[in-house]
Parts: sequence; structure tokens; C-alpha cells
Amino acid sequence: MLNPMAEGTNFDEMWGFDGTLRAPYGPYNRWLEGEDIKRLRAKQREADEVFRLTGITFNVYGRAEAEERLIPFDIIPRIISGAEWQRLCKGIEQRVRAINAFLHDIYHRQEILKSGRLPVEMVAQNAAFLPQMIGVEPPGGIYTHIVGIDLVRTGEDEFFVLEDNARTPSGVSYMLENRETMLQMFPELFSRNKVQAVSDYPANLLRSLAACAPPNVMGPPTVGVLTPGIYNSAYYEHAFLADKMGVELVEGNDLRVVDGKVAMRTTQGYRPLDVLYRRVDDDFLDPLNFRPDSALGVPGILDVYRAGGVTIANAPGTGLSDDKAIYSYIPDIVEFYTGETAILKNVPTWRCSEPDSLAYVLDNIEELVVKEVHGSGGYGMLIGPTATKKDIAAFKTKLKARPGNYIAQPTLSLSTVPIMTRAGIAPRHVDLRPFVLCSPEGVQITPGGLTRVALKKGSLVVNSSQGGGTKDTWVLED
Amino acid sequence: MLGKTAGGLYWMFRYLERVENTARLIETGQRIALTRSGAADSEWASVLQTVGVRAEYDAHHDEVTRDAVVDFMLRSPDNPVSVRAGMEAARQNARTVRTALTAEVWEALNGGYMAIKDALARKVSERDLPAVLGLIRQRTALVRGATHGSMLRNDIYNFARIGTFLERADSTARILDTKYYVLLPTAYAVGSKLDNVQWEVILRSCGAGGGFRMAYGQNVRPREISQFLILDRRMPRSLNFCCRKIEDNLGYLTSGYGVKATSCDTVNGINRRFLAHDIDSIFDYGLHEFIQDFLGALVGLSEQIQTDFRFVA
Repeated sequence: MLNPMAEGTNFDEMWGFDGTLRAPYGPYNRWLEGEDIKRLRAKQREADEVFRLTGITFNVYGRAEAEERLIPFDIIPRIISGAEWQRLCKGIEQRVRAINAFLHDIYHRQEILKSGRLPVEMVAQNAAFLPQMIGVEPPGGIYTHIVGIDLVRTGEDEFFVLEDNARTPSGVSYMLENRETMLQMFPELFSRNKVQAVSDYPANLLRSLAACAPPNVMGPPTVGVLTPGIYNSAYYEHAFLADKMGVELVEGNDLRVVDGKVAMRTTQGYRPLDVLYRRVDDDFLDPLNFRPDSALGVPGILDVYRAGGVTIANAPGTGLSDDKAIYSYIPDIVEFYTGETAILKNVPTWRCSEPDSLAYVLDNIEELVVKEVHGSGGYGMLIGPTATKKDIAAFKTKLKARPGNYIAQPTLSLSTVPIMTRAGIAPRHVDLRPFVLCSPEGVQITPGGLTRVALKKGSLVVNSSQGGGTKDTWVLED
Repeated sequence: MLGKTAGGLYWMFRYLERVENTARLIETGQRIALTRSGAADSEWASVLQTVGVRAEYDAHHDEVTRDAVVDFMLRSPDNPVSVRAGMEAARQNARTVRTALTAEVWEALNGGYMAIKDALARKVSERDLPAVLGLIRQRTALVRGATHGSMLRNDIYNFARIGTFLERADSTARILDTKYYVLLPTAYAVGSKLDNVQWEVILRSCGAGGGFRMAYGQNVRPREISQFLILDRRMPRSLNFCCRKIEDNLGYLTSGYGVKATSCDTVNGINRRFLAHDIDSIFDYGLHEFIQDFLGALVGLSEQIQTDFRFVA
């Protein structure tokens, strides 16, 4: 039924390098062989309808005609064995703990800068670094309450971190809705495969956020989700998480500082909020302390925060560690704070701020991926191997003008997973974003995550804003 | 509950009710056009007048025609209260209050929005009009049914109901306001064939034809129509029924919150001032003035509710 070898030489997570079925996919493949392609196609259409009706949409900026769009969902799961997952978890936990320690250090004693392991300008000249956070002690010592670590795979044991999302990782609602959809459509698959549940994520998130409440809160803290509103690209997810946690979904204009607390306008007057899971960027959080033109935030909230009256998750200034130049130092950061070698590898990265690296990048740009250090969502990057000569020339000009704004990486031979296409089942490149919760009670990693898949044959771009899709991600109980 | 959420629920259900009422007005206009050719043109004009968009219509049209009015009421971007605009506004509000809605209600609304949007993507031909109007009625009824069947009876439900009945009272009053002159006792004395048509229009526009006959038989008289649409407590679109429901729901909010809102007194005042009399004293007062005053009082009530429950900062 499948002939993955016709497609290329990369690692396929179902068929390996050589077309031998890999163990985690055994039961699934037996099921698949008994399936009729027509029935699968009908199931695929059924899934699309479920998503459309539920309104699991994604807003694409700058495209008025498609204000709300669905992220394509593929019905073939991506399967990871329990043992593989265990190994990943060790690396993820180590990395997330190090990032949290790094942020605490940067906003306090700055030992890593004093030691010379990280150049001062990496922080001093970084827009995501917030001087307002210096000396602030976030409740429970946690900066990164919710983290998404983007991983790619190139072989049996070869995983790399592509980027860290410690600021506001999104996509967890897709992880949950994808699983719900699969459970509804293919119940028989879940009796044949022991798939670890992801459904307790919202309860864990609430518990984790509550554990980070300001110390002076008596009784169970009041938690809220702060959204920029219905026009935000991830609004669906904000509403989804508030709903599943059973907490209020608030916008800036619902909040106000009252008697030194952040309070929300209810039908019965203002009521205090203790923990705010904010999905609003730092810049827009507080017009008094950051962008004065922001209508999304709450005037004075940062002052309440600094006085210990509210928990903001993730902490302001956390975006520093998402920076792609900082990323290139994460192995050093892990070593510096944990005393251990980083378990998860980085993709080799050239910092264009360094003259030798810049020269190398300019000479080899056709084979590299060049990214903006502050970019995200697949915007503002160049993929050398597929770019036109004209694109490359234009990009080189930008690169030479502001080398410090870019890093470059080799194009990895990303693993593939089969998907349903119009022409039948075919392999496509994927990445993986596991979701991590941090609180004083510990680090918790949901077994699964968001698998993003490049729908176009051969494409390496998985971002939903660039036409990528998603899949359900199974972590098996071994 | 957030004040914004209460407001979102109130407006979501107001818009939904408005969509349904607009569909019924178009249905009535079409029915009259098909059966009473003489009365048709003025009927389309009074549809525009009833929903208060005559000026918007005139800005883009030279004459009042069936085709143009139906299209304007269903889907024109120049009409702020078209069915399409109403569904969009209902859904926009529903998205804002999504956490307060059950999945059934949200899916009924979102599915209805998509189906109606598709049906209105192109101009609706006369042949397709009955099916499209039927779709609008079914889809809005589905949301209402899901609301009844799946929502907790708490403050969320109360705000949804208050929005529904405020819009419905407003709609019935507007229909009476447009047609009051055919209900005057003097009109009865005239008793022309045209008046009979107009009485039928009023009842149909309020979806009250069948209910009226059940209550009063075939004997269609203006006094009974007024009695039925203003005061009858069995008739779910009468002013009395709607205002009692608003009072009930504000009362539930009072018990739930332990504080009596000003709007409780406002609606109680409306009920005592307008709806505690018999129909003859309303005619004595003047039907037109009565309806005008009532519509004004509803606006005041809506504003008071929005203030009491902090819909906006």
C-alpha cells in the first residue's frame, strides 16, 4: 500500500530509512492495510466538517478574504513509542529548567554575563529584554509557566531543538481537538493501541497556574485568561482554554487596577484576579509601562505585578529566551545552570553577527535556512535550497545591512510521516511541539503535542500561517 | 460573570431574534404580493419602515420594488439590520461569549451562520425565496432549542432571555407602530377589503395568525388584534408576555445576585404604566401615542440594563 522509498532518502517515522515498518506503527499499519482508501477519504471529509462546525479556526493576518481559516487536519496519526518519549522528556525538562534559571539570573545577578559565557550585547541590545523586570521576583520563581519546545527529527535517535517558545506558545488546543476528533472517528484504533491521554492538560494547566499564585492569596486563587480579543489569530484557543479550565476569558477593557489588585468588571462589580494567563504580548500588556498606544492591556498592571499582587504567566520579559541568537547559546546556558551537558541538541547555527560566520553564510546561502533572530511563524526567513536567485540576492542585501539580525542553519533532512493526499497516502515532513508546564510543584510534560506537517511535497515549512497542517500525536504506553 | 459576557449574551440573542423577525416580515410581504396584487408595493415600503431602514434603502434605490427590498433585507451591505448582518453580529457576539455557551448552542449558531451565509452568497431568486426563508427560521429555531435544552438556568440564561424578549417586544411594537392606523376604531367602521388585508399582514408579521384564530376564531377585528398583540399573556410575542418575561428574568438575577437592580423597577414601571389596563383605555389614550411611548420606554429599559450589569466599562 505504501511506497515511501520512492520519495527520498530521509528518515520516515513509519518506514525508517529502508522501508522496514517501525515497531510503534505495527498495530496501526495492520489496521490501515484493512482499510479502503474511499472510506478514509470520507473520514477525512468528515473530520474537516467537524472542525468547521466547532469553529476551530485560525486567523491569518493580512488576508481579509479569509479572516478565519481552518488549519488542515490529517487523519493519519504520528506515533511515538513510550521509550522514545521518555528520552525526549529528560532533555526537555533539563532545557526548560535551564531557561527558567537563565531568565531569573538575567533579571537578577547576571552571573552568566559576568562569567563571559554569554556576550552582554546578546541581552543589552535585545528588544525582548525588559529592564522593568530587573529585581522582580515572580511568584514561585517561575518565568516560563507554559513552554513549547519545537523539535525536529532526522533519524532513529536524532532529535534537534528547532526553537524554544517560552513567551506564548500556541497550538495546545489543536493537540486536544485533534485527539477528540480521532477518538470520535476511529474509536477502534484506540482499543488496538494504548495511547497515553492528553485530555487532562486543561486541569493540569489550571493546577499549575494556581500553584504560582501570589503568596498572600487566601484560599483558591482566581485565574483568568487574558486575550487580545476575537480578531487575534489564536482567539479560538484562548476561549477554548478558558472554557476547559472553567475560568473567565478577559480582555484589557474588562480589567482595571482596584485597591492594588487587578480586578475584572463583572455584572456585580469589580472582582480581584490573582493569576492571569496572558496571551497578550509584553509590549501591549500595560500602556503605562510599555506601549502607550496599546488598547489591549491594563494600565498599571505591571506595578501590581512588581508589588506581588498578581501572577502574570508567562512572566514579562520571558521572550528573551525565544530569541534565535540566544537560542544558539542554549547548550552553554544548560551547562552553566545545570552543570550537565545538554541532552537535546541544537541545530548547528551560524550567528551572522560574527564576521567569519557571516562570510560563510553569504558563500553558502543556497544550502542554508536564514532566519531573523526575533522572527516567528515562518515570516521573514529564507530557505536557500528552494529560493529563487532574485530572492537570494534581495536577502543578501538585507543580511549585509544588518548581520546581527540573522542566524543561519543547515537545511536538515526532516523526518516524514504519511499523510492523506488527493493522490493517496504519501510522506510529508513534520515537526513536533510538546507542551510543558512549570510550577513550584515541578515540570510536567503532556505525552503528545502538536505535530505540524508541511502539506506540499518536499516542503520543509510546517507553519500554519504558511499553509502547514496538523496531525494527532500519539505517545504509546510501552 | 463578566459584564462584557452579559452584554455579549444579551446582544447575541437580540440579533438572533431580529434575524428571525426580519425573515418573517419578508415572508409576509411576499405572501401579500402573491395573493393581493394591489397591496404589494405599499407593503414592501412598510417592511422598510418597520425595521427603520427606509433612509438607508432610499440612499441606494430610486423606487421600492419587490426584488430590491428582498435583496436589501436579506443581504445588502448597505443595510445594518439585514439578515446577513444580523447573523454576523450574532456570531461575533457568540464568539466573544463562547465560554458561556454550551457546545450545542455554539454549534447550532455557527452551523446556522455558515448555512445562511452560503444561502445568501448570491441574490436569492423568487423561486428559492421560500426555501431560504425556511432555512433562516429553522436555523434560528435550532439555536433557541439548543439554548432551552442544554443551558443551565443561571444568570447566563437570564441575559440570553432578556435580550430575546426585549428584541421581540420591540419588533411587535414596531409592527404595530407601522400599521396602527388600520387598527383604529374608525378604521373598523370603514371595514374595507384593504383593511382585512392589513389585519392579516399584522398577524402574519407577528407570526400570530394561527394563535389568533385559536383564541378568537375567524372573527378578525382590530380591537381583538390589538388586545392579542399588546395584552394577551398567552401570546409569546405580545408586549405583555415579553415584558413579563423580562421582569421575571431580572427578578431571577435579583435573587441570584442578592441585589435588586434599577432595571427591575424600570420594567415594573413599564408593566404598570402600559400593560395593566384594558384595551379600551389604550384606545382612549391613543394607540399611536401608546406605541410610541412604549418604544421609547423600551430604549430606556435597554440602557438601564446595560448600565446595571456593566456591559461596558
